[in-house]
Amino acid sequence: MDPLIIAGRTFHSRLMVGTGKFASNQAMVAAMEHSGSEIVTVALRRVDIDNPKDSLLSHIDPERYLLLPNTSGARDADEAIRLARLARAAGCEPWIKLEVTPDPYYLLPDPIETLKAAEILVKEGFVVLPYMPADPVLAKRLQEVGTATVMPLGAPIGTNRGLRTRDHIAIIIEQASVPVVVDAGLGAPSHAAEAMEMGADAVLVNTALADTPDPAAMGRAFRKGVEAGREAYLAGLGPQRQKAEASSPLTGFLRNDR
Amino acid sequence: MRLKINGQLQNFAQELTISQLLEQLQLVPKQIVVELNREILTADRHTTTRLNDGDTLELIQFVGGG
Repeated sequence: MDPLIIAGRTFHSRLMVGTGKFASNQAMVAAMEHSGSEIVTVALRRVDIDNPKDSLLSHIDPERYLLLPNTSGARDADEAIRLARLARAAGCEPWIKLEVTPDPYYLLPDPIETLKAAEILVKEGFVVLPYMPADPVLAKRLQEVGTATVMPLGAPIGTNRGLRTRDHIAIIIEQASVPVVVDAGLGAPSHAAEAMEMGADAVLVNTALADTPDPAAMGRAFRKGVEAGREAYLAGLGPQRQKAEASSPLTGFLRNDR
Repeated sequence: MRLKINGQLQNFAQELTISQLLEQLQLVPKQIVVELNREILTADRHTTTRLNDGDTLELIQFVGGG
């Protein structure tokens, strides 16, 4: 596949994967490997002092994957900035998937707080990948403050409902000056393929891989979906029509006398 | 000495540095980020930073997330 460049860094996979909700670390690693992904997201949480768990990071090969910490759980810009700084202090590269989701029911991103946090984090030297509502105006504003990508949602996080925001994502893609990564809500490889066919630069998937009996196979399936969609986009989809246009010749039918 | 760690009050009999606290809690320092009274403490300061009565600590680690 043609390379994806984010903030000057080259990737050969256009599928990013999340590491949440897997039944086991083994299942997570299998999904990551089979997906071909090079970027994996992680979250930051308090250690359970009474019952400390084995570190997630011991399962993720830093040579193979770029660790992309998210600010999930943040309800406003201040909380997101605090989490981003903690992630950087943990020794990660200064890449951050910015998420500000004050609403616990739909986990929809707060556009105002997201923009506010993005501006500050960019100034602090972070490579900011903001999760955002599929709003073309907000996408422009985020690019203006210097985000490395925009990450519009297809559907609410974890819903597996696909590209419900398709028309707005098309506008964001048309106007974008940074890579467009469709994040959240993609539940099937066909959803990922659809986003890529439209010209999205990449997609991010978590629940679809974690919430299946066979995460490794689903990782492969999404990899193929993303690759198929990208190739189709580069090839150029044929135009849609209302009326039929025969693929076979309209001459030489058996019924006609000469 | 009373410390608030991850939102929970705990008593400690003796004085501690951050490193000693992590050891006592059986945490692997490399896997933890420490915030002391809202200030991030990088690993190089763990051995030199002494905790005081009433300090608030956040001990953070990476977990799975999307």
